[in-house]
Amino acid sequence: MSNGLSINPGVEIRNAQLEIHHFRVRLVIAAGFVLAMFLLLAGRIVYLQVVKHGELYTLAEANRISIVPVAPNRGLIADRNGIVLAHNYSAYTLEVQPHRIANLDSLIDEVATLVEITPRDRRRFKKLLEETKSVGTLPIRTRLTDEEIARFAAHRYRFPGVEINARLFRQYPQGEIFSHVVGHIGRINQREVEQLEADGLIANYRGSDYIGKTGLEQYYERYLHGTTGVEEVEVDSGGRPVRTLSSTPAVSGHNLVLHLDARLQEVAYNAIGERRGSLVAIDPATGGVLAFVSKPGFDVNLFVDGIDSVNWNELNNSPDKPLVNRALNGTYPPGSTFKPYMALAGLAYGKRTPQQTIRDPGYFMFGGHQFRDSRPGGHGIVDMYKSIVMSSDTYYYMLANDLGIDAIARFMAQFGFGSRTGIDISGESAGVLPSQEWKLRRFNTKWFPGETISIGIGQGYNSYTPLQLAQAIATLANDGVAYRPRIVSHIEDFRAQERTLIESQRARTLDLKREHLAVVKNALVGVAKEGTSARSFAGAAYVSAGKTGTAQVIGIKQGEKYVESKVHEQLRDHSLYIAYAPAEKPRIALAVIVENAGFGARAAAPVARKVLDYYLLGKVPAPERRVREDHASGH
Amino acid sequence: MHPAIRQIEHYLTRHLDGVLLGLVVALMTLGLAVLISASNLSPMRITGQLINMLFALGLLWVFANIPPHFLSRLALPLYCLGVLLLVAVAVGGDKIQGARRWLDLGITRIQPSELMKIAVPLAMAWYFDRHEAALRLRHYVVATFILVVPIALIVKQPDLGTAVLITAAGFFVLFLAGLHWRIIAGLAALVIGSLPFVWGALHDYQRQRILMLLDPSQDPLGAGYHTIQSTIAVGSGGWLGKGWLSGTQTHLDFIPERTTDFVFAVFGEEFGLLGCVVLLGLFLSVISRGMLITANAPTMFTRLLAGAITLTFFTYAFVNIGMVIGILPVVGVPLPLISYGGTSLASICIGIGILMSIHSHKKLVQT
Repeated sequence: MSNGLSINPGVEIRNAQLEIHHFRVRLVIAAGFVLAMFLLLAGRIVYLQVVKHGELYTLAEANRISIVPVAPNRGLIADRNGIVLAHNYSAYTLEVQPHRIANLDSLIDEVATLVEITPRDRRRFKKLLEETKSVGTLPIRTRLTDEEIARFAAHRYRFPGVEINARLFRQYPQGEIFSHVVGHIGRINQREVEQLEADGLIANYRGSDYIGKTGLEQYYERYLHGTTGVEEVEVDSGGRPVRTLSSTPAVSGHNLVLHLDARLQEVAYNAIGERRGSLVAIDPATGGVLAFVSKPGFDVNLFVDGIDSVNWNELNNSPDKPLVNRALNGTYPPGSTFKPYMALAGLAYGKRTPQQTIRDPGYFMFGGHQFRDSRPGGHGIVDMYKSIVMSSDTYYYMLANDLGIDAIARFMAQFGFGSRTGIDISGESAGVLPSQEWKLRRFNTKWFPGETISIGIGQGYNSYTPLQLAQAIATLANDGVAYRPRIVSHIEDFRAQERTLIESQRARTLDLKREHLAVVKNALVGVAKEGTSARSFAGAAYVSAGKTGTAQVIGIKQGEKYVESKVHEQLRDHSLYIAYAPAEKPRIALAVIVENAGFGARAAAPVARKVLDYYLLGKVPAPERRVREDHASGH
Repeated sequence: MHPAIRQIEHYLTRHLDGVLLGLVVALMTLGLAVLISASNLSPMRITGQLINMLFALGLLWVFANIPPHFLSRLALPLYCLGVLLLVAVAVGGDKIQGARRWLDLGITRIQPSELMKIAVPLAMAWYFDRHEAALRLRHYVVATFILVVPIALIVKQPDLGTAVLITAAGFFVLFLAGLHWRIIAGLAALVIGSLPFVWGALHDYQRQRILMLLDPSQDPLGAGYHTIQSTIAVGSGGWLGKGWLSGTQTHLDFIPERTTDFVFAVFGEEFGLLGCVVLLGLFLSVISRGMLITANAPTMFTRLLAGAITLTFFTYAFVNIGMVIGILPVVGVPLPLISYGGTSLASICIGIGILMSIHSHKKLVQT
């Protein structure tokens, strides 16, 4: 310090002391400030660690613990012989979290440089995106190869929001043949989420992306799905699991064992050939459904991950309507297959005796209107046996007229015509069993007596599903004891090693006289032996009972003749056959319809023969011949 | 004990302050303990920090042994060198994460702004000391100029944390040098008045950080994420903490920068309120000791320098903890003696070394 030249050292010292004093005042102020700021920090820390501790502790726990649902394995579906119709396999998928990605299209383009993404994958993804709108993950590619997994994994850092996951997939090994009975699963949509919420089941679907959509997959959803497990996982800030804290394992869904015979189903499906049609076979003694065919089928595997628009349009717009479950929802006039029941009604109501005959000139006149017999010139003198065996129309025109529409309706209702059978698939159609009341309700008009006449030969307003036709013939075969048709026979609890039998349910017992039944059943045996289907059943090693039928698709005007070759194929008559065998102790009853194939004897009866041969004798039909008379050009 | 050994011991320790050294070692020990947990027992980080600490203690010893008058002679050259380096950085520095802070010297890279943490208060103290006899307004203006030039260069880099620390240090020098209250009030008014302009000059991410302070939940996964997760960590610690190595926020990676700027969140989570009170007590003790040394410093130069160092140390602690517990915006200021990183350890220890030197050389000056 330079104080050499100071004039008054006293002032200098006092100044210096004053200065130090000022400095210390400032320092004290600074110390006060420091203290105040530290108190502020301490206050905030106390606030966080004492007052807000509970809340923040919970937040920290929520940060670290993630509840991860563990999706259960879906139950398997197997036929009566253990042939698997629906199972699961594990595969790697490439999944995208759409809400985390700004430009999906360019992302997919980029991903496509590493992993093959077909136009079909893109279309399917787009459709899924429109349908779900949820914040979950959506698959863009399934069944990645090991090489693709390795390639993507190396570039994973470039794609936040895209991940590879191992998933269980549903597969239907024989998807096309069983498409309408086994059905399929699909991704859960918004409507189903709401339904699950309403049923209080949503919690069990936390880890599930799929739900049964159609067929058995839908009907038995609550057995097949299983119970979702829960894993408490500690995760880091990136959401990556660090370790499992606790877990409740998922419980696999129950397996379904069917009455259905897969090989029988396949035989029936193939027997229908290139045509459209349906076949339902039932064990009359239990109601167990042995075959449930709707042709054409479609590959249900397309639907599992969401179908793409091209395939969807192709299926949906196909003139063959493969998506329609014909066995359940196709309704057809029963044609002459209605006659045995008409004969029973005639006996039950005392309008006919077995021996009583009529003269069949080839037509029946009513109210100045001629109802033609399918055989020009008629069958001559006809009793009940001959009316069924030769399928006389005139006999049943008369009988219908004598019974009247309401008696017919009352009697037929007992066989289940016009009402749902209660089979274990949802969405069954009821068909139409016409009556005066029905017409008033449906068209708000009166029933004309003339309309009763063609009801007698199974035409007119009559309209039933193949399932109803099969149920009716099964009831007849079982002497009037009707069982509710069932596709599933057992539900297996895989874990408990338990099999729960689905008991046959007796739907109703018809009040039919033994001797009446004997007359009609004898005539049905006659049909296959010497009647309209004798050619198809020539040389059969068992005695079968059956009835042919032909269902008109278009009405033929008065005085006109139906000439098959002149009618557009889609408007030609349907070919029907109902049967059961063996006649003395029926093990199988069936109804088959082949669309636009003409007389029942020609197309439907041979299908029935093949099915019965297989079921009763184990005879596998030779492969279909490709060249047939009516498709001479071949395919 | 042999007299020669006693001689050596005396030579080694004569300029060290036992109280400060004890506090520094205690804080470093705590820092090492937290680092072991925060780094997930990373041997590299732990040994690295141990070496940093030994090196910093070495610097502390060296600066404790440099007499203050020698430092005052270094003040101007050091300051000029610092400004030159800052200019060099602005012209040709290495850009890391969008900020131009580093200067590549070929052998090593240095961060000149770190040097200015000491050089600026040193130069200002030296300047006031030169004009001690008759301080006029213009001296304060010149001192302010000494302060503003490097700050402008540092804000430009941008390095808001360092700029805040140097501004605080400079302001403390002005304040302790007796800046008139009216001018302080005027400056305060000026600062408040210029806020809109400062706002306009800030980088987007800097504005985000300030906005997030007002409402961190506004952008929980973006700018508010750091603050939310660090307050959760501190608050979830409770009275006694979750225990060393047991902080879930820490070990599951929810705390960002947990070994460096956000290390206090780890500390709060694992050691709880008890630990926090101990830590704040240690910091307060260092500051108190520093103030005592400041109060007894013999010259204006040493008084201002000691005061600035002490209050800068306070600023470090306050800004860092305030940011972690969500009462200050997120700026890159380390927790003194605790955060991982050699540079801040070195500059803090140099400061404490100077404090010790001022304390121990006092008698020499007076005699």
